[in-house]
Amino acid sequence: MKSGFFNSLKNELKDLGTSFIRGNWKTKLSFVVMGAGNLLYKQIVRGLTFLGFEVLFFIYLFNGLGGESGMYWISMLPSLGKTGPGEVYDAFYDQYVYAYNDNSFQILLYGVLTIFLIIAFIGAWRLNIKQAYGNQLLSERGKKINKFKDDAKSLVDESFYKTLLALPLTGIIVFMVLPIAFMFLVAFTNYDGTHDGYVTNLFHWVGFQNIKALFSFGGNTSYGKVFIGILGWTVIWAFFATFSNYILGILVAIMINRKSIKFKKMWRTIFVLTIAIPQFISLLYVSKMFDKSGLVNGLLLKLGWISTAYDFWGHPFSARLLVILINIWIGIPYLMLIATGILLNIPEDLYEAAKIDGANPIQQFRHITMPYMLFVTGPYLLTSFTGNMSNFNVIFLLSGGGPTNSAASSAAGSVGYTDLLVTWLFKMTTGAESQYYMASVIGIVIFVVVSTVTLIVYNVLPSIKNEEDMR
Amino acid sequence: MSNTTKNSGLGMTAKRKLADAVIYIVLILMSIIWLTPFVCIVLQSFRVESTWQVGYVVPKVWGLDNYKNILNTDFVKWYSNTFIMAVVVSVVQTIIVLCMSYTLSRFRFKLRKPLMKFMLVLGLFPGMLTMIILYRVLKDLGLTMENAVPGLILVYVASSGMGYYISKGFFDTIPISLDEAARVDGANRLQVLVTMIAPLSKSIIIYTLLNGFMGPWADFIFAKYISFNTSAGMNVAVGLNSWLSKDMIATRYTMFCAGGVLVAIPVTVLFMMFQKHYVAGVTNGSVKG
Repeated sequence: MKSGFFNSLKNELKDLGTSFIRGNWKTKLSFVVMGAGNLLYKQIVRGLTFLGFEVLFFIYLFNGLGGESGMYWISMLPSLGKTGPGEVYDAFYDQYVYAYNDNSFQILLYGVLTIFLIIAFIGAWRLNIKQAYGNQLLSERGKKINKFKDDAKSLVDESFYKTLLALPLTGIIVFMVLPIAFMFLVAFTNYDGTHDGYVTNLFHWVGFQNIKALFSFGGNTSYGKVFIGILGWTVIWAFFATFSNYILGILVAIMINRKSIKFKKMWRTIFVLTIAIPQFISLLYVSKMFDKSGLVNGLLLKLGWISTAYDFWGHPFSARLLVILINIWIGIPYLMLIATGILLNIPEDLYEAAKIDGANPIQQFRHITMPYMLFVTGPYLLTSFTGNMSNFNVIFLLSGGGPTNSAASSAAGSVGYTDLLVTWLFKMTTGAESQYYMASVIGIVIFVVVSTVTLIVYNVLPSIKNEEDMR
Repeated sequence: MSNTTKNSGLGMTAKRKLADAVIYIVLILMSIIWLTPFVCIVLQSFRVESTWQVGYVVPKVWGLDNYKNILNTDFVKWYSNTFIMAVVVSVVQTIIVLCMSYTLSRFRFKLRKPLMKFMLVLGLFPGMLTMIILYRVLKDLGLTMENAVPGLILVYVASSGMGYYISKGFFDTIPISLDEAARVDGANRLQVLVTMIAPLSKSIIIYTLLNGFMGPWADFIFAKYISFNTSAGMNVAVGLNSWLSKDMIATRYTMFCAGGVLVAIPVTVLFMMFQKHYVAGVTNGSVKG
């Protein structure tokens, strides 16, 4: 992958050199005036698009389009703002007035945006030269050069993919790539509620200080102990949530699929109902059922099994057990649906052969059903494991992360025993003391953990790799 | 020889009957566990005598008070917010997802593999992280709090191209020879998509529409963030959750139940109507990842 990147970079530079040396004046002109190589070969629309982009880009970079210029944002990036809010002397009124000045948030945001724009500009510039040189070669050989009409035709035919991808990719770049790049950088600043970059204070680069803090132990400002605890629970939770659902769901599917069992459709519908009803309703309702004054305690009291109401959400162990159990209640129906579809595809003669060999149902399950299921649903298991690691809704709506861990250091905020890394991240971003920088560090940690798991599994599983086999 | 087979055969039927009985008992018990919360929520929504949690299920005084009262609260606003978002998101998201998945299934272009790898990596970042910046940018644009609905639609829809896996898996199963035959007959790619592929993809289109429609009803985190404690901008999930807070629950618990029922009815009916397509989508997606 890496060597591939450098190889293609080398090739690009080589092509660029060739185009310049062998290029005629039209091609050479397009090194400076973008679109020249199109306009001079009568590709008016393409040429004007290139030219327009170049003009707008340079106006933005040096003058700004109704705001600060690109150069301003870039030049402010290293400091993230010089003058913070404060009192300034106003000569006209002869008094001090409070004024807001630089805006660290905007500097970081537009700085990143400008860097993205510069990369896009380089890409467009390269494309413009490629087209100019291509046009030159075509005209030298006396071949036809595509006009706008041909381009438009191509956009619904050979290049239809460009048309189709334009909208989705724009959305992903603006709403995923840019924010993630921004948030990645926030991990190296002190951006929080008291340093919001404009109203309260400017924020600044702090290097690796936050990442060090996450792995430091002892003292009131350390996060290490809390972090290890939450990471451990996140993995335990993901493991149990994934595999308990998986095994039990398959068992339920096998039971319903059994030939002699009647009312198959009714059983399935009962389980599917849990999927149909919006999850937040069932989660919130069930959470309240286990409240101190909830239905479960009411029933247990009535039966005389307990004498005082038990606080299920107030004890670490019962809360953790409950979220796993309730997650089974939520999750089994999905697995039942998935497993039903796959079970019907297992060749019947495998079981016939096993029966002749005298295998009992448990042996059949272990040696035929499970291996087949594991092979087919390997990728699903992986995404479901990583999905569970970040299963915000189930934890947040059931326990809210509680019961509160009173031993946690004050810096780590009010974390609880069922908090996952994501719910911790969320808690870091709310409240007056919003530690955005720490939320960002936790986000990066989640990414590292999840991608490590994914990479390992990806290299072990056979069924993910051969995409083309499906065709 | 034939005798022993017959004997064990008889033993087998007895065993099978026993196994069947055990399975029926398990299924019945499970059905009770799975249905109990839903029965309880419906029953409690008709309870008149007390608005708080009580230790029993069947109301002592039945009535429609909770349903009447709920119409005088912000619940109506939350409901219409969510409904508008659900309809818009459903349509736009489906268009985006289908564009993306169809392209990645049918076209072979230079950047295809790198693009898919890139999106795989991108998808491993916790999406919530983007919320911090998106909230502030949307706030500057005036699309938060009471104007949360358009802001939320933008957030839901914009990155929906990431969820192309399931429908790509579906398109992969439509033989490419169909495309080629149509192309030989002179159809361009757009015509192939509209006249050949789309009619064959009814079930995946319905699946994607259904998924998009259900999303805004279930979303909690983004809606909470963008609406920022402003009642007028909430969706049903955030709104109803606020009724369960410590200082509200005593007066709003049974109204929460009624609200839950009102939310669940349309979504459930819709879901049950298109269940077949949903199941096909889920099964398909789990196999091909």
